[in-house]
Formats: sequence, structure tokens, C-alpha cells
Amino acid sequence: MFLYTIRRVLYAIPIALAVSLVCFMLVHIAPGDPIDAILPPDASAETVAMVRKDYGLDKPLPVQFGLWLAHVVQGDFGLSLANRRPVLNEMKVAAGRTFLLASSAALLGFVIGSVLGGLAGAFRGSFIDRMAVGFAVAGISVPHYWLGMVFVIIFSVVLGWLPAIGAGPGDWAWNWLHIRHLILPAVTLSVIPAGLVTRTVRGVVVEILSQDFITTLRGKGLRHLMLALHVIKNAAPTSIAVMGLQLGYLMGGSILVETVFAWPGTGMLLNQAIFQRDIPVLQGTTLVLAMIFVTLNLTVDLIQTALDPRIRRA
Amino acid sequence: MKSVATLTATIADVRPAQEPQRAGYWREVGRRLLRDRLTMVCLSILLLMALAMICAPLLSPYDPLQGSMIRRLKPVGTPGHWLGTDELGRDMFARLIYGGRLSWFVGITPVAIAFVIGSGLGITAGFFGGWVNMMIMRITDVFYAFPSVLLAVAISGALGPGIDNAIIAMTMVFIPMMIRVSESVTAGTRNLDYVEAARSTGAGALTVVRVHILPNVLGPIFVYATTLVSVSMILASGLSFIGLGVKPPQPEWGLMLNTLRTAIYTQPLLATLPGVSIFITSICFNLASDGLRTAMDVRA
Repeated sequence: MFLYTIRRVLYAIPIALAVSLVCFMLVHIAPGDPIDAILPPDASAETVAMVRKDYGLDKPLPVQFGLWLAHVVQGDFGLSLANRRPVLNEMKVAAGRTFLLASSAALLGFVIGSVLGGLAGAFRGSFIDRMAVGFAVAGISVPHYWLGMVFVIIFSVVLGWLPAIGAGPGDWAWNWLHIRHLILPAVTLSVIPAGLVTRTVRGVVVEILSQDFITTLRGKGLRHLMLALHVIKNAAPTSIAVMGLQLGYLMGGSILVETVFAWPGTGMLLNQAIFQRDIPVLQGTTLVLAMIFVTLNLTVDLIQTALDPRIRRA
Repeated sequence: MKSVATLTATIADVRPAQEPQRAGYWREVGRRLLRDRLTMVCLSILLLMALAMICAPLLSPYDPLQGSMIRRLKPVGTPGHWLGTDELGRDMFARLIYGGRLSWFVGITPVAIAFVIGSGLGITAGFFGGWVNMMIMRITDVFYAFPSVLLAVAISGALGPGIDNAIIAMTMVFIPMMIRVSESVTAGTRNLDYVEAARSTGAGALTVVRVHILPNVLGPIFVYATTLVSVSMILASGLSFIGLGVKPPQPEWGLMLNTLRTAIYTQPLLATLPGVSIFITSICFNLASDGLRTAMDVRA
């Protein structure tokens, strides 16, 4: 396990480097001079000259990448074009909010998906199974930004139970005032993982139930509850892995839901950056989210291997 | 390493069916599809939608771009505008059927381009193995290290709004997925007996690929590509929804959904219509591709 961990972590390093290279290139695929992409149009000649020198914009691309990377690893993502504040500060609060939203959605999706998928797999062909399969397809196919609007119409406009936008006043706190802002976006975002987890868990449970050791256990006269425990134990690694990866996808993909609910996370930040053509914010946020995704992938992989040693040998 | 690969692409793990006997196989696939009621319903709905888009000028007398300040936000069921009018007084039905043209175009094109490029690279990687495989697959890994929505948003955000930029961004998202699937399917057929036999009789690489590999891998790869269409439609409209992709005043479902957001307090039903169109399209594509997979006997 130790060697495997080392190997896996080492493999993540070139990936992380390549990912930052792609993010670095974002400034260069933006139309026009990169300097226009990272400095506001009214920047003084001295600033332009200074930044040009600092980031080596007159040097070849590999050198520029090196200089940029040196800034980034020190937490210097440049300044936002829109408000001249360091991109890092903008991201800190936003990333926390997005993590809150994405993890709530992933957890909710995991619970719903495991229960539905487990029941569907256990009672294959039944009414519950058909419902669960239908729910899974709908969950994967629904444009969640539209679903968010529908929720707002039902629960905010018509019923008036929950707020339509924002994350509550001031900093986040675990009280009803703030939690009620989280409910609609989290439920909306949870539809995708719920659908995927339902599908996965159903497949895994069906497969486990068809294996020989289950027949043996049944033959031994094991009761349903004990049998269920065996199934859960065997289904857990796959389900947890799916959910871990989903958390990463949700953090990176929450931009649409955050737009609908004006949730002040990284998605909103990206959205504003796109509108204001604020490339440093776009670049920094993309990089941070992608790095979180890489780290999550790595963690999921290690946890899964720890739970199920067969993977290591494969 | 392996587990991430298998997980990030749960649907990607498709294997080719036994070597199909050409004519008989496709007749069988057609027969199975016809018997699959759900798939037929979905295909019919999609066909109807496509027809409506093609015949849009015949179905609606209204210009999707021409608004009127005096008939803004008319509710669904208004005489003359049976699906109502939008926030600029443009006929909703006209905008939905004209909008479908762009939504479908931006949704399907990236998958089609990625199918060609991705399967080309993937088959190359899978067939030749060695350092060619290494090069192609490691680059693919890098793009897999981004959540797909984020990658699409970042690329099209950097390039700026516009249909072509959205298509480029989404193609970049789908190419790695197509490469992975094509590579794994091709690697599976590479060492089959008849391929070995062909090689040992002196057939060149190109001949082996053309005669023995392609007919066996294109089916499963195509099935996988169809599963991406649904995702692609949601993503395409999503990009327009956040201000990338299609620009106003062009009608496009995602963009319409965004501009109608202001109307949710006054005309909630009307405001959700473009989303309903996206949902129906995406679920039909999803179910139809499931049906196709079953009919073509591609193991998932």
C-alpha cells in the first residue's frame, strides 16, 4: 500500500503540472495581446512595462510558463481586472462557499442514490426498480439550471418558503437563516449525482447478488438484514469512489446552478469574470478548481485501494 | 491509476460485440430497435422536433427576431400566440422552433467533430500501442483532470462568447472521452485471432485497420458518441445560459431561459418552456442511445 501510494502521488505531479500548463495557456488563447488580458485598458505605461518584465512576456513561452508558475505556487494569481484586488482573496471565500454547496449536494445525492439504487438492485424488476431507473435517467438528462428555476418558481415565488437567491447575510453560519438559502441550490445540484449513484449502486448490487458467495450465505440460512450488510460492504468501495469523483465534478460544474441562485461561490466568480472579460480571475479559479479535482481523484483512488486491495494488483 | 480510468468513464467501458455478420447483423439491430417501444417513442419525438425545426417558417407566421413592445410577456394560450410571447414581445413558439436549430447545432456538432478526431486518435493509439499510445493517452489524461463543465467554461470563457468558440470548447471536452473509449475498444480487438491471422498473412497495418479493426470498433464507438449527445445538449445550452455561446438576439434555448429569468414572477410557466425543450431533447437522446446500445448488443 505504501509503495502504491508513493507511485500514485508521483504520478499526480506531472498531471498537476500539465493542468497548470493548460490554465496558463488560457491567457494565450484569449484574443489579442496577453498583456491586454491581464491588465486593465487604462493601466499606466510603467505598470505595463513592469508586468511585462515580471512575467517575462517578451521571452519564449516556456520561460513565461516558469515565471507564471513561480508566482502561482506563492499564491500570487495576479490582480482582478474588475476591482484590482488579488485574485487569491477573491477566491478564498468563494471556494469555501462552493465547497459547502458541492459537498451538501454530493452527500444528498449519495444518500438518495444509495437508497434508491440499493432498493432497485435488491428488488429487480419491481415497481421500485422501474421508478429508480426512471429517476436515474431523468436526473442525468435534466438541465439542472432549468430545474433550479422550476424550484425557485415553486418554493420561492408560489409558496414563498425559501429564498430564491444568495447565501444569506454576511459570513456563513450554521443557522436557519443561512441554511434555508442552501436548500434549493443543494437539492438542485444533487440531482446529477443522485441519478449517477442510483445507476451505479443498482448495477453493483445486482452484480453482487448474482455471485456465488451470496447463494452460499443464503444457503447457510442468513437473514435478510445480515445479507444486506454483506452487500453493503461489497458495494461500498465503488459507491464511495463515484461520490468522491462527483464532489469534484460538482465543485467544477456548479457554475450554472450558482448563476441561477446567485450563490456567491467560484461559479459566480467565474460568471462575473466571463462577463467582465476578467481573464486573471478566470484563470486562477480554473486552476484552483482543477487542482482540487486532481487532489480529490488521488484521494478517492487511495481510499478505494485501501478499502479494496484487489484494485492495487490489477 | 487503473481505478480512476475505469471510474471516470463508467460508460466508457464498452467492448465490441462478436464479429457481426454484416447484412444479417444490421437487419437484426433494426428489428430489435423496432420492437423496443420506448426507443421508438423517443426517436419519433426527436424526428418530430427535427421536422418542426426544418419546417419552422411553415409552422409559424412570426419572425423569431421581431418583437413588439405592446405584446410583451403574453401568457401561454393567448390567441394568436398559443405559447405566449417573451420579454420583448416575440412569439414564443416561433422562437422555440427556430431556437431548436441553434441548440441542436451547437449540441451535436462538437460530438460529431470529436467522434471523427477522437476515434481517429484513439484507434491509432489502441492499434499501434507503444510510445504512440503513451503520447496520446497521457495527453488525454491531462484533459481528464478537469471537470468537464469547468473545462468548457474556461476555454470558451477565454476565447469569448460566440457559437464557434463554444463549439471549439466543447469539442475539446469530448475529444479525450472519445479517445479513451476508442483506444480501449481497439486494444481489445488488436490481439484477436483473425487480426493476428491477417497480420501473419502479410497484410499491412492500414489494411488490417480498414478491413478488420474498423468494422468491429466503429459500432461501439458510435454508440458511445450517441450517449454524449445528451450531455452535450445540456452543456451547449448551459454555455449560452451563462452568456457564452450563442449571442442575443439569436433564439437559442439556453439563452432564452436566461433572458426569461426576469419573468419568473409574472409568467412562471412561460419562463420554463425553453428548459422543457432542452429536457425533452436530452432525455430522448439519452433513452434512444440506451436503446441503440441494447439493439447493437454493445456490452456496457
